Amino acid sequence: MKLNKNVCAALALAVAPLSAAPALAAAPKAADVVKHYAEVGHAKYEDSLTTAKALDAAIDAFLKAPTDETLKAARDAWIKARVPYQQTEVYRFGNPIVDDWEGKVNAWPLDEGLIDYVDASYGTESDENSLYVANVIANKTIKIDGKDVDASKLTPEFLSGTLAEAGGVEANVATGYHAIEFLLWGQDLNGTGPGAGNRPATDYDLKNCTHGNCDRRAEYLKSASTLLVSDLQEMTDNWAPGGAATKHVEENAQAGLTAILTGMGSLSYGELAGERMKLGLLLHDPEEEHDCFSDNTYNSHLNDAIGIAAAYTGEYTRVDGTKMTGPSLHDLVAAKDKKLDTEVEGKLKTTLDAMHAMAKRGETVEKYDQMIGEGNKEGNATVQAAIDGLVDQTKSIQRVIAALDLGKVELEGSDSLDNPNAVFK
Amino acid sequence: MQKGGPDSEMPRTGASNTSRLTIRIAALALLSAAPVALAANFDLPVKRSDLSDADMKRVADVTRPTTDFSKAEPYEAMQAGAATSIDPVTEDSFSHISANIPFEEEQNFKLGNALFKKLWVSAPSSTQASDGLGPLYNARSCMSCHVNDGRGKPPEGGVSTTSMFLRLARTPKTPDEEKAIADAQTVNFPDPVYGHQMQDLAVPGLAAEGRMKISYTEKPVTLAGGEVVSLRLPSYSVTDLAYGPLDPTTTISPRVAPAMIGLGLIEAIPDADILAHADPDDSDGDGISGKAAIVRDHRTGHIALGRFGWKAQNATVRDQSADAFSNDIGISTPDRPDAHGDCTDAETKCRKMPTGVQKRLGNEEAPGPVLDLVTFYSANLAVPARRRASFADTLRGKQLFYQSGCAFCHVPKFVTRRDTTEKAQSFQLIWPYSDFLLHDMGDGLADGQQVGLASGREWRTPPLWGIGLTRTVSGHSFFLHDGRARNLTEAILWHGGEAEKARNAFSSLPKDDREALIRFLESL
Repeated sequence: MKLNKNVCAALALAVAPLSAAPALAAAPKAADVVKHYAEVGHAKYEDSLTTAKALDAAIDAFLKAPTDETLKAARDAWIKARVPYQQTEVYRFGNPIVDDWEGKVNAWPLDEGLIDYVDASYGTESDENSLYVANVIANKTIKIDGKDVDASKLTPEFLSGTLAEAGGVEANVATGYHAIEFLLWGQDLNGTGPGAGNRPATDYDLKNCTHGNCDRRAEYLKSASTLLVSDLQEMTDNWAPGGAATKHVEENAQAGLTAILTGMGSLSYGELAGERMKLGLLLHDPEEEHDCFSDNTYNSHLNDAIGIAAAYTGEYTRVDGTKMTGPSLHDLVAAKDKKLDTEVEGKLKTTLDAMHAMAKRGETVEKYDQMIGEGNKEGNATVQAAIDGLVDQTKSIQRVIAALDLGKVELEGSDSLDNPNAVFK
Repeated sequence: MQKGGPDSEMPRTGASNTSRLTIRIAALALLSAAPVALAANFDLPVKRSDLSDADMKRVADVTRPTTDFSKAEPYEAMQAGAATSIDPVTEDSFSHISANIPFEEEQNFKLGNALFKKLWVSAPSSTQASDGLGPLYNARSCMSCHVNDGRGKPPEGGVSTTSMFLRLARTPKTPDEEKAIADAQTVNFPDPVYGHQMQDLAVPGLAAEGRMKISYTEKPVTLAGGEVVSLRLPSYSVTDLAYGPLDPTTTISPRVAPAMIGLGLIEAIPDADILAHADPDDSDGDGISGKAAIVRDHRTGHIALGRFGWKAQNATVRDQSADAFSNDIGISTPDRPDAHGDCTDAETKCRKMPTGVQKRLGNEEAPGPVLDLVTFYSANLAVPARRRASFADTLRGKQLFYQSGCAFCHVPKFVTRRDTTEKAQSFQLIWPYSDFLLHDMGDGLADGQQVGLASGREWRTPPLWGIGLTRTVSGHSFFLHDGRARNLTEAILWHGGEAEKARNAFSSLPKDDREALIRFLESL
């Protein structure tokens, strides 16, 4: 399928009107809930933009004087930039405008070998240890997807147009956060052992260049960073009042609620619990993790979970510390079914606790890639607890969908069937 | 094919057949269309063994084609039984999990979905479980071709050919090769240089094999009442061949990706109930043969009934998936273990490219668990419920569909096996509108490429369920194996050979009736 957004498969366009339920408490209007959701979305993308600009400035400083210190500053800026961005991810599902754009900034896995040198011996039993060199940083003309491509200038336009075939189905994954991450950290050659990628600052030192083509590597990094800023600017504008995403989600309040819940459910179960966590655990692939070069995966997952909870509570703490609150799904559900609201809040908290425990383990004991290693019972269990929380909260999200009458449609044209949903048994 | 008038007896389903079928299958050797003789006598079950006598009777009753078009049949709207999705109609209508799969099993579906949409990257890469693309490939992910789990389309305006590619096969050249096909040891032989299909993409640094070129010639057809429909006759060739010429006997056959819905249910149709419709020698003289595709299960090597693919070359969803991984994406699996995919020995540079195999994770780029999950996902995509099934104009179209003879091959319904491994697929009354047999479809559609027992004129009857949602899900209405038909009317008019009579019946209908028949198809 195209997207992993079918956890709340029942949803999508045709939704029944919210039934006139007896209000237990003063319920907010659905339209106000959706409006606040859009405002928080705008704040989150704006924070992502701000931190991406800070990253861009740190990259400028690093490229001007490539030292261990400036490299570390750039890496720190990248880690900071991930925090608000990951919290926006809950907006991806249910909002087609985000979903269609997302691949440009956060696609995974990355086409490393297309971008820069990679270690051919890595993870294989081959005794060849040469660097594999069919990449655009090393080659001014290169065959990509079987066609000769002029790669003499690594401009943002080249990266987003020629290299990524913007808009095409067969996009090469060569831009976004993970491309920048790869260019700042390099490959993590430590498997399930400790340690992240260890790219030397001299990979960008024009006078004392390691691994060749430092000028082109610098050009690529700067272009990728420039693109990230412009892509985030575009999405921030989309969520401004009157922006395309805001208009789309606010067009129909009930459909807007559906979008919120679709985002929560899809990110919880299919995307995060399934694709990003369970799959890596199942395959024991140390780098089947989202932020593999930087070893920042536990934070990425944690911030995804924080975003999911925020979509329900309407609460968001901005990068500058400002707290946002407003009419939320929580208010809406509490007014209709207090018990269900308590259940949802409890489950969101259980997940967050498990995620925090995982993040703490990531800071103090071992990184995420080590946690999912084969035979690491305690690490595996820590990750599994977060997965279990996500799956469990999905069930409650589905109950919210039912409680708010956002469920399935009647079978069209089944009027002459006595029991249209009956099946042969 | 058992013959039946529109208002009398219709194509038979069920298990009432005799051992005659074994003989019939052996007699395939006599088919003039097949260039090789079939040596072995393949036995397949001719009687269901999964049901009690009482259930056998119930199944026979419920699958008997209707003669009453005044109202919808019971269960008809739920065209995949309890697995049917009743979610709102959207572009995601083919992407839902079968409705009767329990929540707990949904995780495997979601993991399979993740792998289905995963963009594989070239090796070596840090993501050891995600690399190994190609070296030659047509697509980076399953979903690149099966967009929204729907039907592929031919390239338009020179854009990427993804979701359609060229299958390559040369004729057998020795008695041993002929015997291998007759014994169903292989379905055909690859081009010595380009392999089983033309990959138009390659990993960085490697030349892609070549490109498909299509040109169309418009051909007007006049229908009853004077309406003129233009059919576009495609002509295929290859350009930019990077590794020398094709073998002179190599044929090229274009294929679009089929929709992914209901596949596990199709696999769960008993062999006997499909074979009950087979009539390879046309012994009933109705002009319709219906030939079973005899293939081998990839893992067991046992004889099996082919039911997936345009020529029914695979017996199971798993086999179809493993073939697609290998040929389309260049990813090896336990069932198709060559990590270089469709690179032949003649493509020396390709064979020297790094692979994505990590011994630690398994001997293949996509080890067993990955293939299992993708198979589970592919087998359990829900078929959406019918729309407007009970509307008068739909029912009128349904009657015309039967009366025109469409239902002889597009067999309406089956009841799946009781003893399926996946409980959700067990004993469901399903309405795929296919007999899953091979039919000579005439010169117009012939691709000249033999695939196992399927001659260059024969194609498997494709299921029709979900066809009415093509535009909703895939944003286009291109039909047939190469998407040459631009709408359902054109698709029907391309039918020839054994389907010529039905096609002529359609073209002779008054315009209103033709439209009603199309409306019926759109309700599927």
